[in-house]
Amino acid sequence: MNGIATLLAISCMLLLGSSRLLVSIRMVAFQGVLLGLLPLFVAGSGHIGAAALILSITNIGLKSILLPWLLTKALFESGARREIEPFIGFGTSILSGVVLLAVSGYIVKRLQTTAEISSSITLIAGFFMVFSGLFLLITRRKALTQTLGFLVLENGVFTTGLSLGSEFSVYVELGILLDVFVGIFLMGIMLFHIDREFDHLDVDRFNELSDLAVDIASNEEAGE
Amino acid sequence: MITAYALIILPVITGVISLFISSERVRRNLLIIVAFIHLFMSILLCNGSAGELNGIWIGLDALSRLFLVITSLLFTGSATYSMVYLDKHPHFNGPAIAGLRMPGNSNAIFAACMQLFLSAMSLAILSTHFGLQWIGIEATTLASTPLIYYHRNRRSLEAAWKYMIICSVGIALALMGVFFLAMATSSHVHQFTPAGLSLFSGYLKVEWLKVAFIFFLVGYGTKMGLAPMHTWLPDAHSEAPSPVSAMLSGALLNCAFLGILRIYQVCVAVPGAAVFANELLIIFGLLSLAVSGIFILHQPDYKRMLAYSSVEHMGILALGVGLGGSAIAAAMLHAAGHSLVKASLFLLSGNVLAVYASKKVEDVKALLKAMPLTGALWLAGFFAITGTPPFTTFNSEFAIVRVALQSGSWKVATLYLLFLLLVFIGMLTIFMHMCFGKKGEQEVDGTAGESFWQILPPVVFLTTALLLGLYLPDFVRNTIDGAALLLGGKAL
Repeated sequence: MNGIATLLAISCMLLLGSSRLLVSIRMVAFQGVLLGLLPLFVAGSGHIGAAALILSITNIGLKSILLPWLLTKALFESGARREIEPFIGFGTSILSGVVLLAVSGYIVKRLQTTAEISSSITLIAGFFMVFSGLFLLITRRKALTQTLGFLVLENGVFTTGLSLGSEFSVYVELGILLDVFVGIFLMGIMLFHIDREFDHLDVDRFNELSDLAVDIASNEEAGE
Repeated sequence: MITAYALIILPVITGVISLFISSERVRRNLLIIVAFIHLFMSILLCNGSAGELNGIWIGLDALSRLFLVITSLLFTGSATYSMVYLDKHPHFNGPAIAGLRMPGNSNAIFAACMQLFLSAMSLAILSTHFGLQWIGIEATTLASTPLIYYHRNRRSLEAAWKYMIICSVGIALALMGVFFLAMATSSHVHQFTPAGLSLFSGYLKVEWLKVAFIFFLVGYGTKMGLAPMHTWLPDAHSEAPSPVSAMLSGALLNCAFLGILRIYQVCVAVPGAAVFANELLIIFGLLSLAVSGIFILHQPDYKRMLAYSSVEHMGILALGVGLGGSAIAAAMLHAAGHSLVKASLFLLSGNVLAVYASKKVEDVKALLKAMPLTGALWLAGFFAITGTPPFTTFNSEFAIVRVALQSGSWKVATLYLLFLLLVFIGMLTIFMHMCFGKKGEQEVDGTAGESFWQILPPVVFLTTALLLGLYLPDFVRNTIDGAALLLGGKAL
């Protein structure tokens, strides 16, 4: 279990440093597989129930096959290959990742004084994934990378829940999974629409609606 | 019990069916019929004398009664209104995406998503289990995103994307909160519901409960439109079709608020957590009031003005609950009043938009002359939304000030009144300009925007808000008091 958590954390680091969108999608798909395996390890060998099995299979099917397929299609449709000039460079992103990892470790250390936590490494990985998901959402320009960031964030929440041992019934877990899946599916569909309407996937050029950035928008229009 | 499940499941079934109905008329009639059946069943359920329905998954208490009836009523109004609205807007055939052809055209998707949206909101309101409620609230985001993108243009796409990303992230944080709340419980708790947790409040770990409350407040607060997480709200509410804006503002924000109220219900039972929760609610409430006050002044877009007014009223709700005592009951009454008034204003803004073809305040002049009915209602809506007597919103806003003064929170009361004044001035200039003002050069034919079905829902909603202000019937009072008691407050 600690091995999987470590792999999850490493995949996040690689995501933060990767400029190729296809590699990023694959990395998130890989996270999906790891995440699918995690419930089986939590249950412990020999005690794997039907519920854990269903959850694990659904997870792998949705997060590492179906969604990456959709996102890859969207990627090829748009013709974009690379994340161009994120607000924070890739090297700095990895450095920030290290800081975020340290912060996650510190938070978990603090939490341990108030409650017994079965697996602190997994919890650290969970927090780290939440932070890096948020980091990707804030610093990247492409709508596709934002979708990936959201997926990483969700994966992090899932991992956190698993390591805290807060188990709901399998129906609730499946419902949560379904919601997340439909959400990302919708985002994927919207990627196609964004590409068709704007001919690009750059979210930072979304500024027609802001109350504060009216000047920027009108300047840009004048420029075009 | 069956009725409660039917309220959630029926719209899903009919929603999926309407994707595959090719006849425009049949589809619209189905939407209307479902709306009225839903309203009828909700009233039946809330009127039921079978005692409190209190399951592990689905339940009904005073809080859910209140919000269920409001939601169902608003949906019926919006569905009725959308019949005419859909006629006036062109629809598109479903695009082929990733090689898959989507069934139906954009109107079919509209009808389907409206019904799925209703189902998701019913689930969010009726669920007692915290996990199930999360599923319901997240599902509302999913069902409403295609509705916001109904017009299929750049602006609506941008709004829908922002809505989707910001709300999904917020709700993901709320899920963290649900996990933390599970950590706060002990093995004594058998039901992961507000009632189940309050019953064993002595065994709850206060620190974890506080952390969970922060995550709930930030997470669901994003969806509710509390500042500073409100950034998606003006965009989504102004770009969505008017009947959808009415639903988003009047019903959806309430559902998210209910998410916060459910954990508040647990916090009330734990002394240390209650004070903490109240402080946070007051801070977020005042901040929302401040932000809306600032952005409403000189707002060039009247639908955005209405959206910022929603931020303001969500701030009032949070503030009312945070102040405690009878302010909680006042906040519940205010939730009902705001929903009715704001929904009618958004529907009326659809009438104006259809005739003037502009969302800019400066383009709309002499509304009272061009569209007498809409203009008069628009003006009445202004008085109602700013809390002028004799509308019910005045009673609730006044009750909140009274509690603030009685409890000695002078600072809170002063700031509250100051921000209300700011909003009043901002809205006054906009409404005066729109209703009176000099007539522009081009003649506007207002009759197009005033068909019977476009006027009826706002008339019904505003009349209800007026009557509730004059006289509070016993069943309304009992529901509101019951809801306040659940949240540790006093009767109105």
